[in-house]
Amino acid sequence: MRLICPHCGERDRREFTYQGAAEILDRPSREVGNDDWADYLHLRENPAGETKDMWYHDPCGAWIVVHRDTVTHAVHSGELASEVRK
Amino acid sequence: MRYSGFKVFTEGLTGNKGWKPVWRDPKPKSEYDIVLIGGGGHGLSTAYYLAKNHGLTNIAVLEKGYIGGGNVGRNTTIVRANYSLPGNSEFYSHSLKLWENLESELNYNVMHSQRGLINLFHSDGQRDAFARRGNAMINQGDDAILLDREGVRQHLPYLDFDNIRFPVYGGLLHPRGGTARHDAVAWGYARGADKRGVDLIQNCEVTGIDIEGGQVRGVRTSRGVIRAKKVAMVAAGRSGQVAAMAGMRLPIESHILQAFVTEGLKPVIHHVVSFGMGHFYISQSDKGGLVFGGDLDFYSSYAQRGNLPMKEHVMEAAMTLMPMIGKARVLRSWGGIMDMSPDGSPIIDKTHIDGLFVNCGWNYGGFKAVPASGWAYAHLIATGEPHETAKRYRLDRFRTGRGIMDEEGTGSQHNLH
Repeated sequence: MRLICPHCGERDRREFTYQGAAEILDRPSREVGNDDWADYLHLRENPAGETKDMWYHDPCGAWIVVHRDTVTHAVHSGELASEVRK
Repeated sequence: MRYSGFKVFTEGLTGNKGWKPVWRDPKPKSEYDIVLIGGGGHGLSTAYYLAKNHGLTNIAVLEKGYIGGGNVGRNTTIVRANYSLPGNSEFYSHSLKLWENLESELNYNVMHSQRGLINLFHSDGQRDAFARRGNAMINQGDDAILLDREGVRQHLPYLDFDNIRFPVYGGLLHPRGGTARHDAVAWGYARGADKRGVDLIQNCEVTGIDIEGGQVRGVRTSRGVIRAKKVAMVAAGRSGQVAAMAGMRLPIESHILQAFVTEGLKPVIHHVVSFGMGHFYISQSDKGGLVFGGDLDFYSSYAQRGNLPMKEHVMEAAMTLMPMIGKARVLRSWGGIMDMSPDGSPIIDKTHIDGLFVNCGWNYGGFKAVPASGWAYAHLIATGEPHETAKRYRLDRFRTGRGIMDEEGTGSQHNLH
């Protein structure tokens, strides 16, 4: 599996650290209750197929949202997390 | 048919014409008392103990593929009870006791071999941690012996004891640990459940769960609608997709774990050896292949196959620990889908929907749990109350923060186990 870094292009998987589902970008507001925060921290869609997840590119320090497939291991795209959050 | 040495002998004399399929291939009925989603090890043992312990037999086990085709046939077959935290400790202890009686219980040769398991350590700090774990195991009523370097050498003379990075300081020996033939466990439970009247329905994929007014009514499947008073999910790595049919999200991420086997060799590795610092463990199957594995690939995946970096890491760890393995040729590698929970411990519980139960979160340790998981899940489904040995496996522990069981002490969040 080769992942896509927006800065460095397609790179070997070994250069990246997996950081979990991109659901963590949808951070709840401070006003919501404990239950919403507990769900945010622990519950996952865990899709079989298309997914978006967070990877850290160790050499260049970029946080990346990778669009890939969990069944085929195909990698479609990589975007900077800072761009996705806008 | 009851299996025995005499039966093997007489069949041998009469051309082996008397062996018959050991479970039926029934068509699904339109209604059952209990439907189990998933015909893996845990689903089959649950069905067996529902029938055996609770007298409930109007049960269907729905399996998307075939019996023995999922994780129960893809694991590395290790059976042990070396857990230290309350909750895990009594559960796996119970499971090992069930293993020790499993063959006569099922009248099926599951080839359970208590060859002893050795966890190696490589520093004083690790020795202290393993001494503590060993004490916890002994307190639980199980067995543990702390071996020093020479003690390990007597068991495992082939290790590289003076490895410059990981010199062997000693090991924790769990004599009752060992292996079993995983396919036979699935087949034995399947045969036992079928014999008691449970319908094992293969090639039957659940496509929906029907819920009315907060009460489960049944399931929709690739072979028609099946009504049921109770529905129990037990789908391991696929738990997320099954729960989604009931509108639920689970605290589970599915990851890939790889395993490897070499060509068949004469007996050379007589124990289960685990090299935690290298995330490597190994045993030798009765057929002669060295069966070994490492850590997760560490990204969510349903591919049932891994990538090359982890293969490379596992081979390096193997060569570090036992250089002799370099002469063996790897025959095959494969992957299994692990249902990883945030704290690394499982879930056996009711859901917020009446009559719908969940069993998941087995991480990379589901095989040894097969008997006790089925026992406890059957108890929960039949009585509505958690079994004594599994009462801490609550679904809501991540929400409340009470009863987190982080056996590795790395923290209770995704991607740490």
